[in-house]
Amino acid sequence: MHLILKIWRQKNAEERGHFEVYQAEDVSEDMSFLEMLDVVNEKLISEDKEPIAFDSDCREGICGTCSMVINGDAHGGEKGTTACQLHMRKFKDGDTITIEPWRASAFPVLRDLVVDRTAFDRIIQAGGFVSVGTGGAPDANCTPIAKPIADLAMDAAQCIGCGACVAACKNASAMLFVSAKVSHLNLLPQGKPEQDRRVKNMVAQMDAEGFGGCTVTGSCEAVCPKEISLNFIAKMNRDYGMAILKG
Amino acid sequence: MKLDSKIPSGPLADKWTRHKFDMKLVNPANRRKFKVIVVGSGLAGSSAAATLAEQGYDVSCFCYQDSPRRAHSIAAQGGINAAKNYPNDGDSVHRLFYDTIKGGDFRAREANVHRLAEVSANIIDQCVAQGVPFAREYGGLLDNRSFGGAQLKRTFYARGQTGQQLLLGAYSALSRQIGAGKVKMYPRTEMLDVVLVDGKAKGIITRNMVDGKIERHAADAVVLCTGGYGNVFYLSTNAVGCNVTAGYRAHKRGAAFANPCYTQIHPTCIPVSGDHQSKLTLMSESLRNDGRVWVPKDKADCGRAPADIAEKDRDYYLERKYPSFGNLAPRDIASRGAKEVCDEGRGVGPTGLGVYLDFSDAIKRDGEPAIRARYGNLFDMYERITGENAYQQPMRIYPAIHYTMGGLWVDYHLMSSIPGMFVLGEANFSDHGANRLGASALMQGLADGYFVISATLPHYFASEKKFCPSTDHEAFLEAEEKVRGIISTLLSINGRRTVRSFHRELGKLVWEKCGMARDKKGLNEALKRIPELRREFWENVNVPGSEGSLNQALEYAGRVADYMEFAEMLCYDALQREESCGGHFRTEHQFTTRDKEVKSGYTNEGEAKRRDDKFAYVAAWEYTGPNKRWKLNKEPLVYKEVKMATRSYK
Repeated sequence: MHLILKIWRQKNAEERGHFEVYQAEDVSEDMSFLEMLDVVNEKLISEDKEPIAFDSDCREGICGTCSMVINGDAHGGEKGTTACQLHMRKFKDGDTITIEPWRASAFPVLRDLVVDRTAFDRIIQAGGFVSVGTGGAPDANCTPIAKPIADLAMDAAQCIGCGACVAACKNASAMLFVSAKVSHLNLLPQGKPEQDRRVKNMVAQMDAEGFGGCTVTGSCEAVCPKEISLNFIAKMNRDYGMAILKG
Repeated sequence: MKLDSKIPSGPLADKWTRHKFDMKLVNPANRRKFKVIVVGSGLAGSSAAATLAEQGYDVSCFCYQDSPRRAHSIAAQGGINAAKNYPNDGDSVHRLFYDTIKGGDFRAREANVHRLAEVSANIIDQCVAQGVPFAREYGGLLDNRSFGGAQLKRTFYARGQTGQQLLLGAYSALSRQIGAGKVKMYPRTEMLDVVLVDGKAKGIITRNMVDGKIERHAADAVVLCTGGYGNVFYLSTNAVGCNVTAGYRAHKRGAAFANPCYTQIHPTCIPVSGDHQSKLTLMSESLRNDGRVWVPKDKADCGRAPADIAEKDRDYYLERKYPSFGNLAPRDIASRGAKEVCDEGRGVGPTGLGVYLDFSDAIKRDGEPAIRARYGNLFDMYERITGENAYQQPMRIYPAIHYTMGGLWVDYHLMSSIPGMFVLGEANFSDHGANRLGASALMQGLADGYFVISATLPHYFASEKKFCPSTDHEAFLEAEEKVRGIISTLLSINGRRTVRSFHRELGKLVWEKCGMARDKKGLNEALKRIPELRREFWENVNVPGSEGSLNQALEYAGRVADYMEFAEMLCYDALQREESCGGHFRTEHQFTTRDKEVKSGYTNEGEAKRRDDKFAYVAAWEYTGPNKRWKLNKEPLVYKEVKMATRSYK
């Protein structure tokens, strides 16, 4: 099939960006979306033009590196799917596809579709861990954890940290990401001793990074490739409230 | 080059415990004076950086990804082995040790593997303490599943995302240290050379991948945790960014590279669909617990819908050939089985390079919800890529390059042949021999990072006179100059071919001549072609853009340039190893009906035939200069605890 691509080009963080139009020829329906972009880039290079910069790594939907807004939807709007797992059979011959980077002031554009998401790392550094050093851990079966709790913690832990939730939110809020991380650890007995300072520190860091407020529209949940539930935001708000009350 | 494996004396089971006592320590107050560079942030890198920082060393950690949490360990699906024996089905440290040695086709060091089995149980404890949400039973205790090459359940798992959860555990430990100011993290930074001062590793040269800045970093020791080289084949299950550059450039500085021809082909990947393909996707080996592998008995049936092929017309070839392990035969054996039936023309799917992995019996037995609970995310992934629903029709799978057992040579302390440079995880060669068992890569990465380096690196520091050079030392200036030279050459060629087209051609060549089956003729052809291709690369590659900016084509060009040399070493290694073992299958060396092992029914015709009298050694290659033949050094493998035997999974 033949596609028309409108792609955001931006030289670096300082310069202003703009859309450019490209033609993608001979696109096969078995290609992944990123493979289609690879083919476009091959053509650009052979015409001595600079290829479109975009992030990707595992290309199997787990590393969370790929990050692009496709036709207005973070990761392209296919339920529970990252951009790298989106396949061209979802598009039709002659389609025009608009491709943009994540747009959020806390995720500055580095070049074209590549953004800086180190704000997420700093949120984890503020409290997204259990303070246990290597060695001296008790036997793994010492602490039984009820299966429903373990499963719920796993539901939260599935977050791949891609940032689609931020990109989809009109306020560029990071609440779904932070709540998934807080809930994963706060649900488990291992995470309980630090639950109050964890939630307070991580929320404070989230605010310091310039992410917006949450108005619970649910757009984050809709685009999340791991289908992280909005319920975790409710849980985090409760944890946060309790922590503040305890002082 | 003298290779001293430094394996401690004494009985195998006591070596590590006794050696830990014999090694020297560094006083807690002095630790902050020692600088450590950790390159890579996967399971090995994150766990090493976190653990060394917890001990008090001054750690810097580098990764090419935008966050340490994205390293390719994250993609491991199935699980992690540990000799916990929670299911009470007969496991022990010794049995995990034995299975790993046997699985590696008797080409790994006994002492290293035993240590791995010993610390395996601690890894699970550590991960659970960090909050890794492993699967649990209703009673609240941890669940186990079985994996290839073992007849018991010792694999811990977290849905189909065990690698992700373990990496997030290690990353959280690392993040705690970064937050506390104990680790300085450099994401989007690529190591381009290692710096030696007086023959010892004392630093690295890096490129900042955002602004292109070349930087010099000095330290008292360098720890490489840079993963495997599977992408030399172009198509593999590795992340597209995985590369051999750090390891290969260290090799050119004097680190021996061991057993590069030991490459693992994973039997259950989604088949190739066309030339545009940039990577192959793995379907976890755990699927073979419930899926049955088959092809039609008659090649005339290959074009028919699988449901129309009657049970009696199907060949469940793994169950037929290996009745006791069945569909859970080790990876090398299952992969060759698939290749064999496809070579006979019995492959399925549009390309004829595929076999069925069928869940219909398991769905009939346990119900679709049970199968969905176990493998739902894998079935979803399969559907996204192929557009087919595997609950209703069998999956089509085909082997693909997945893991590389070879790597930089290291001694028992995980130190390479460059003093002061340590190598952990997939980047080293030490624990898996010629074939790795499923769920053992995660185990090894974390064993090296959490428990081994934390004991052996202090010993190195305590044995050396402390000396961290200035980054103005001439060795740093020379290395930086060299790195700049490579970059400006790549940018100035202005040829007509893209980096990707070279990589694809190289990968196809290596896959065809040095992939699942190898022979002398094909390897010699590859060895003739690779230098030609390399010459063409340096004359005709087109790398657009500039040095001082985010330039993905330039990053890629540097990596492919290294593969162009590395591929040749890989083929030399495969050529000199005139035997078949594990992932290395030389068609000249296989069992035939003339062999007594086949006549007696112990093994099958066509299985790999080792030659222990001639090849029971580690092949450690030494770099001798550009376009020169590598020098082969041999470290003999001595088996005291186990008897070397022909592997049989019948």
